[in-house]
Amino acid sequence: MTGKEYRTITDVKGPLVFLNKTEPVAFGEIVSLRLSNGTIKNGQVLDTSDDLVIVQVFEGTAKIDREAGVTFMGDVFKLPVSTDLIGRILDGAGRPRDGGPDIVAEETADIIGAAINPYSRRSPHDFIQTGISAIDCCTSLVRGQKLPIFSASGLPHNDIALQIARQAKLTASDEEFIVVFCAMGITAEEYNFFRADLERTGALENAVLFVNLADDPAVERIITPRLALTAAEYLAFEKDYHVLVIYTDMTNYCDALRQIGAAREEVPGRRGYPGYMYTDLAMLYERAGLVKGKKGSITQFPILTMPGDDITHPIPDLSGYITEGQIVISRELHQAGIYPPINVLPSLSRLMGSCIGEKTTREDHKSVSDQMYAAYAQGRELRGLVAIVGEDALNERDKQLLEFSGVFEDKFLRQSRYEDRSIEETLDLCWTLMSSIDTKYLVRLDQKWIDKYHPDNRE
Amino acid sequence: MKNEGLIYRISGPVVTAINMKAAMYDVVRVGTEGLMGEVIELHGDKAVIQVYEDTSGIRPGEVVVNTGETLSVSLGPGLLTQIYDGIQRPLPTLEKEMGVFLTRGVDADAFDLEKIWTFEPQVAVGDTVTGGQVVGHVQETDTIVHKIMVVPGKGGVVKSIESGDFNVTQTICTFEDGSEMQMLQEWPVRTPRPYQQKYPPVIPLVTGMRILDFLFPLAKGGAAGIPGPFGSGKTVTQQSLAKYSDAQLVVYIGCGERGNEMTEVLDEFPHLIDPNTGKPLMERTVMIANTSNMPVAAREASVYTGITIAEYYRDMGYDVALMADSTSRWAEAMREISSRLEEMPGEEGYPAYLSTRIAEFYERAGRVETLNGEDGSITVIGAVSPPGGDISEPVSQGTLRIVKVFWGLDAGLARQRHFPAINWLNSYSLYPQSLDQWFRDNIAQDFPEIRIELSGLLQIESELQEIVQLVGSDALPVDQQLTLEVARMIREYFLQQNGFHEVDAYCDINLQYKMAKAILAFQESAKAAMASGAQLGDVVNVPSRSDLMRGRLNKGYIDTIDDMVKTMLDEIAATVEDN
Repeated sequence: MTGKEYRTITDVKGPLVFLNKTEPVAFGEIVSLRLSNGTIKNGQVLDTSDDLVIVQVFEGTAKIDREAGVTFMGDVFKLPVSTDLIGRILDGAGRPRDGGPDIVAEETADIIGAAINPYSRRSPHDFIQTGISAIDCCTSLVRGQKLPIFSASGLPHNDIALQIARQAKLTASDEEFIVVFCAMGITAEEYNFFRADLERTGALENAVLFVNLADDPAVERIITPRLALTAAEYLAFEKDYHVLVIYTDMTNYCDALRQIGAAREEVPGRRGYPGYMYTDLAMLYERAGLVKGKKGSITQFPILTMPGDDITHPIPDLSGYITEGQIVISRELHQAGIYPPINVLPSLSRLMGSCIGEKTTREDHKSVSDQMYAAYAQGRELRGLVAIVGEDALNERDKQLLEFSGVFEDKFLRQSRYEDRSIEETLDLCWTLMSSIDTKYLVRLDQKWIDKYHPDNRE
Repeated sequence: MKNEGLIYRISGPVVTAINMKAAMYDVVRVGTEGLMGEVIELHGDKAVIQVYEDTSGIRPGEVVVNTGETLSVSLGPGLLTQIYDGIQRPLPTLEKEMGVFLTRGVDADAFDLEKIWTFEPQVAVGDTVTGGQVVGHVQETDTIVHKIMVVPGKGGVVKSIESGDFNVTQTICTFEDGSEMQMLQEWPVRTPRPYQQKYPPVIPLVTGMRILDFLFPLAKGGAAGIPGPFGSGKTVTQQSLAKYSDAQLVVYIGCGERGNEMTEVLDEFPHLIDPNTGKPLMERTVMIANTSNMPVAAREASVYTGITIAEYYRDMGYDVALMADSTSRWAEAMREISSRLEEMPGEEGYPAYLSTRIAEFYERAGRVETLNGEDGSITVIGAVSPPGGDISEPVSQGTLRIVKVFWGLDAGLARQRHFPAINWLNSYSLYPQSLDQWFRDNIAQDFPEIRIELSGLLQIESELQEIVQLVGSDALPVDQQLTLEVARMIREYFLQQNGFHEVDAYCDINLQYKMAKAILAFQESAKAAMASGAQLGDVVNVPSRSDLMRGRLNKGYIDTIDDMVKTMLDEIAATVEDN
């Protein structure tokens, strides 16, 4: 069938091309379109029947007319994979963007990816030290986890992602991560920022970049993360690498999904996003993890910007239901000049319990983390009260907690973009800061840790 | 028309076949790889099929074969301890066949058909047996006797009955009319198994979670909904119920949820001990895991697979608890299929029949008299994941209309690390009326009154908190400050419970009662002491009270709590003399 060119386009609508009178075409098959001016565009079959085939065109349908030739390639979308990918920059459809040669495939892999058998997964439990106190102490990251950054426009999520990419390491060993970076619809400026930073720190040599920029075809964004994850799976499960996948910005991805849904005249779900968006996002996020019998791992750091800072918007909402927690960036803290402006209160790491403690971080970690969180939460709440009744109305305990909430933001959260705090340093810092509160109010700390770690009891 | 047709169209998980003889819900094999599917719509000579596996690469013109059967589960000894996908394929077998990634076109028996079980007959030659009647016993696990029942609708006069070692496909009983019976039977998942009558729910499902057992109890045979936004602890609550509730059997359906979380369950359960029998929990558990990235049609089927297995054990006379986490993902699967069928949508794109399907599912719960005259029950606990935590959406509303117990999870409480983050002000249970007699007879005569007192105190607290928000707590009169202190004790000592703590995770119902009494005893003695001139600060800060509160984390608390309460009361009385 490959090679036979059809000129039977009936309709072109948005990113979709409709054609008829074809021989049987497979669902998901890739398609090449030759325009009258010789341009080649690529697409994928979204719906197929004896009478009508619907093709989604990745590069947009500009200049496509009813004379365009359509060739079905006889296969579903596959990415050539090999360890040569490491150090390369590819575009959103997997073609070299760095002027280098084509990837010589060791094998080709279906980009949709098969689901991991839940029975064949290994439980994640290796603590990843990011060097950022707020994350390490309060929302600890585990190898094999998917932990998104919920941010919003104008906030420094890119700096945080880069800092994590730079500093992430296992405390137990010096194994390094391979970074797979996947850009979806970000600006050239943002991309240059990422690239320059990775280049400067030498991380680029250990990275694979898939780049779809804001002016690249929107529909291509649907496949970009799938390419990135296919590369990640190959490196992790065939070549034993530990892979850290950073993708940004998921909001652009979801908007592209909505665009296709609208063009197909599908019944929309909330806010016009397709009803299958949960399943679609799960097909990406669930490609994180560890599997039995393979050494490598995939850890995911998706970045998404919440439209209107709204955490109940369908994109963060559906993501939050799939990912294992979230790191929430706060505009309020950012405006107060604090970097990284991580609001630990709505942030969460679901797998934290499995990676902290005596064997991996430190015996007092859980206790300290709970107490820091509780004291900060109470302090923040008191700020509201003080605004009404004034500080004088507070009792001694409340005064201490109120003061602590300021110290927490200023000393614990705040650190420089290049400051890499070890987990020991982070936990010691917590103890120092908590010592400003009378011990009798620190009810979540076990007495044995107070005896051992409280500054009053050390030397 | 024949039983074989051709593919006409493919759109995601929905495939249309032409020229095939088909009836609704027939199971078909699609394409050269023989992917499993189910007929869900008929249009003239076109049959619309939902396919339980990935359809990429399939072409129009490939063959579709109708098996003529409806989607069924295999029932028989060997179900327990299994881990299935949504269409009852055992995941460990799939791993052997496909490796760690789920590919397609592989069929697998639901359990080992060759395994030998010891069959003990319970009927004799010449007996007349009818559908649902038990013909023999098999010890399936240490705790569960598997009762081999005649398929409902079948039966007759026993011509021969075997005894001894057989596998599930060998004939163990023959009837005068020439029909035979094996231990293995099939049942269509979308058809509820029959029973004689439904009983009113009068026995609680004791869960070991204080807020549930004490304030919002669930009856055996009842249905509960747990809605909550992400991060509020739905899954942890469901898992605690699966671990500690006093059901004899548990069916746990992980429907469209996280892979890593499912792995945690799969890793953890085999090592856990059932507090009610002292045996490994796995021995009373059947698990169904269809994670969010596994085929969406199989997710739709998974809840039916689960509840049919539950009904089968109910028919043996067991109390079964079924957890579905999350029913929203199931509803979304229906929505996805419905939208592919281009059906006219109801609210938020969900099909118009959503609430009917939800109601039908929960209605399969209940305490019944089985066909063989035994008492059996299915308690259904469904998690709901409302978008943005807003329960005005169709799935939550469809669920709340039918369930009698609502455990509302609260993001605010979760953020304060108050777990289980069940909001005591908006949750409810409609069962106390029918269960109170049981509590009076089995725990304590005044159990219902204590419950009312505790929830009353929490109600008053929420009203007082509004004032405190404005003027600070010091501005309240001391008796109200004491009420706040008592309510705080209820929240921190009684309602909060650490699902991961080896002792605190499960709290005996008798101990729950003692703890509740201890709180009220504190209130009473504090009031008395303050009436005699003691200071509030001295009363609430007696050291023995924090000992009492912390004591719940220690083993054997049920034996020491009475003495600790006594010490506390003495110390409080002593604060009067200090003044």
